[in-house]
Amino acid sequence: MSVLAVIFILTGVFFFTTATIGLLRFPDFYTRMHAAGKGDTLGAFLTLAGLALYNLHHGFSVDAILMSIKILLIAVFIFIANPTATHAITKAALNCSVKPWENKETSK
Amino acid sequence: MIRDFEGVIIKTVCRALVPFIQLYGLYVIAHGHYSPGGGFQGGCILAASFILMALAYDINEVKKRLSEKMNTIFCSLGVIIYAGIGILCLILGANYLDYGILHKILPADPAHARSLGILGVEIGVGFTVMAVMVSIFLNIASGGEHEGEEN
Repeated sequence: MSVLAVIFILTGVFFFTTATIGLLRFPDFYTRMHAAGKGDTLGAFLTLAGLALYNLHHGFSVDAILMSIKILLIAVFIFIANPTATHAITKAALNCSVKPWENKETSK
Repeated sequence: MIRDFEGVIIKTVCRALVPFIQLYGLYVIAHGHYSPGGGFQGGCILAASFILMALAYDINEVKKRLSEKMNTIFCSLGVIIYAGIGILCLILGANYLDYGILHKILPADPAHARSLGILGVEIGVGFTVMAVMVSIFLNIASGGEHEGEEN
């Protein structure tokens, strides 16, 4: 159980890292939102699932199971809310006519 | 005035999430006296659900669910609950908000009466914080122009 939890958390941290690299390295607003939205959603989901599993490694008492269910509820909440927030921010940017990035060298 | 967003995704998700946010706000208020949380935090979460609805739909949608009049009533109801419990303690012969004395009128021993008294005060604080937060948001977002009916 602990090994599985560690695998989940490490995968989640990997997705967080890629999301952060994308946020720092991508050229414009839309690509950055894309990286942050997707990477953070999956990273948070995997990390929280790993924590819910780790919480059970002492045994399946009622308290531990209830705590794990609460952690999973947070994970589901993030899984629904985070892409919606990304969508809302991106749509607001589009409404304010933020120009998407295009490659200056290939578009000539 | 906040513009209508015309976003079916945002509206659907907000409609699905608002009841859960309100449930979570009530949970935070109900657990406030022996775990992290309390009236202020729970009230803020409840107000956030209304503000989310105002952002996803528009202000009139919120005013349909929680009218100006009800909001003001909630606002003062919370203060009345808070002060009422405090003054009840004074009447029963203890200090202001000294909940232990409430065991004279509640079917519980002093320790439980204290716990119930704190819960009652948290509920009062939650009501007031929710109403005041929603009222501040509506006043700022509408530029103070939300007296009376408008479409």
